[in-house]
Amino acid sequence: MSSSAYVQLVDLVKHFGKVKALDGLTIDIAEGELVALLGPSGCGKTTALRALAGLQGLDRGQMIVDGKDVTFQSANKRGMGMVFQAYSLFPHMTARENVEYGLKLRANKITTDKRKARSGELLDLVGLSTHVNHYPYQLSGGQQQRIALARALAISPKVLLLDEPLSALDAKVRTQLREEIRRIQVELGTTTLFVTHDQEEALSIADRVGVMRNGVLEQIAAPAELYDRPNTAFVAEFVGLTNPIAGKVSSGTIEILGGVVKTLPGSITSGNGIALVRPESLDVVASKSGNATVFSASFLGATCRLSISLNDGTRVTAQLPSPDAAGLGAGAPVKVSLLDMPVFVKAAG
Amino acid sequence: MKQSMGVRLWRWTIISFVALYLLVPLYAMFDFSTKPFGFADKGRTFRAWTMIASQPDLLAAISRSLITAAIVMALILFMIVPTAIWVHLKLPVLRRPFELLCLLPLAIPAIVIVVGIAPLYRWISININESPITLAGVYSMLILPYTYRSLSAALDAVDIHTLAEAATTLGASISRVIFGIIMPTIKTGIVNGSFIAIALVLGEYTISNILNFKTFQVVIAQIGRQNGNVAVAVSLASLLFVIFLLLIIPTKKRQGAVLDVDIA
Repeated sequence: MSSSAYVQLVDLVKHFGKVKALDGLTIDIAEGELVALLGPSGCGKTTALRALAGLQGLDRGQMIVDGKDVTFQSANKRGMGMVFQAYSLFPHMTARENVEYGLKLRANKITTDKRKARSGELLDLVGLSTHVNHYPYQLSGGQQQRIALARALAISPKVLLLDEPLSALDAKVRTQLREEIRRIQVELGTTTLFVTHDQEEALSIADRVGVMRNGVLEQIAAPAELYDRPNTAFVAEFVGLTNPIAGKVSSGTIEILGGVVKTLPGSITSGNGIALVRPESLDVVASKSGNATVFSASFLGATCRLSISLNDGTRVTAQLPSPDAAGLGAGAPVKVSLLDMPVFVKAAG
Repeated sequence: MKQSMGVRLWRWTIISFVALYLLVPLYAMFDFSTKPFGFADKGRTFRAWTMIASQPDLLAAISRSLITAAIVMALILFMIVPTAIWVHLKLPVLRRPFELLCLLPLAIPAIVIVVGIAPLYRWISININESPITLAGVYSMLILPYTYRSLSAALDAVDIHTLAEAATTLGASISRVIFGIIMPTIKTGIVNGSFIAIALVLGEYTISNILNFKTFQVVIAQIGRQNGNVAVAVSLASLLFVIFLLLIIPTKKRQGAVLDVDIA
């Protein structure tokens, strides 16, 4: 546990009946950092977020925010700003009234003018200064979530908690809004915990991403490190695409596709293993005496994704820059080899 | 797209039938109340209407019933609504038992209820107060099936859990959540439930009559025994008054159960 951490979640445990939602979860978050919790449904990421918000009790564990133990503090006293997955604007209030709601409840009440100025400033920040008098039913889903974000930020929260706020939106709005969330978070420097099951969302906006499974934090790292250097087979397989290719492991290396590459820490150290190879780690060149045949090719713009059938029958996916994939259509004989990048290897079977 | 002639005709036929169904009894009441009675009258007369004001006990009965209705309204707003919200929010496991409990007054005949509560009301009359306003207690029980169903439907239509949690994280206490967030959100349900409750309170006869309380309906029945025309005139006047109230209550478009509408 780092002493410089602004938020410390220490050994959080929570059961729902026989299901262990959190199993000793420990995370440190630095001030101003955006940490995303990523994982499949039921992995405990939302439970962790709700526990930090004070909306979920714990069986065990401690939560410290800005040096103060908040474990037993009630939710309405914690000063957390939260944006929910479901639209949560108060339907009988206008956008401005929604944003001002938290300010009105502050113990040290601020004047109406200051409150109006603050709400105007935040509505401007989320790009909805022209919608101040609109009711929620007059706003689109994306606009409602922006107002919800402004409302959460209005109280200058100690931590901004985002519980899959984009999952109800369509793809285009989702991409726009996630970029806006990041811009606003950086601009205000608000410490943020973001929960999502969408890896693209997590990897694109977070300073660090924590991958959870069965209530346990499998790995927390910067997006690039998580992608390139997964600590566990689950992280390697959950984050991004992988090709499982069998090979023999010995002294920190694995022999696959006619070459030898280093294995990542956490991999098995000897015996037969399955290397989890990223599509970008495969090099594909046209060759009549190659070891594979292109099964199908998908043009993705800057890159091209090839589905390739190796001579031993294994099907792999490779991703190449589009110019390199020119002429590699279905049925083309190719030589597939591995770039010199370390891979994670799990035990075979 | 223009509606076809057939659809419009069908629609207006239905509207006309419903209008006739509602208006014919009103017209019949008006017709009856303006019919001559006594030897002096010839043709149409408004004597029954002019006699309303001179009816002994009528004004007192109306004010008693209205005060009782107001007390019942207060009980709905400060007891039944918060309880229903609390059960939905915090005790979902009690939803079914609570619903069953609320349906009981519907299942038990009014006469059985009266027999059951008569000794209690005797005790109340002797030891506390013999005002008919104490009927608010039994009425607040009678209205439960209608009010609770209306509230429950309104609560089910909105994601009150998320709204409550959003308000809580912003610093709201549970009372603020209930009275400041959830209640305005389910306003339509509360208003509907309250209207049904008021209608029931103002129209209830069996219990108040058996318990010997002179409420609005009891006095109308008494007038009816003396002069049917005046009783019908009073009934029609009260109906028109309620219709007038319904028409002047402002209807706002903004309300709770519209969260999913996306027009922007």
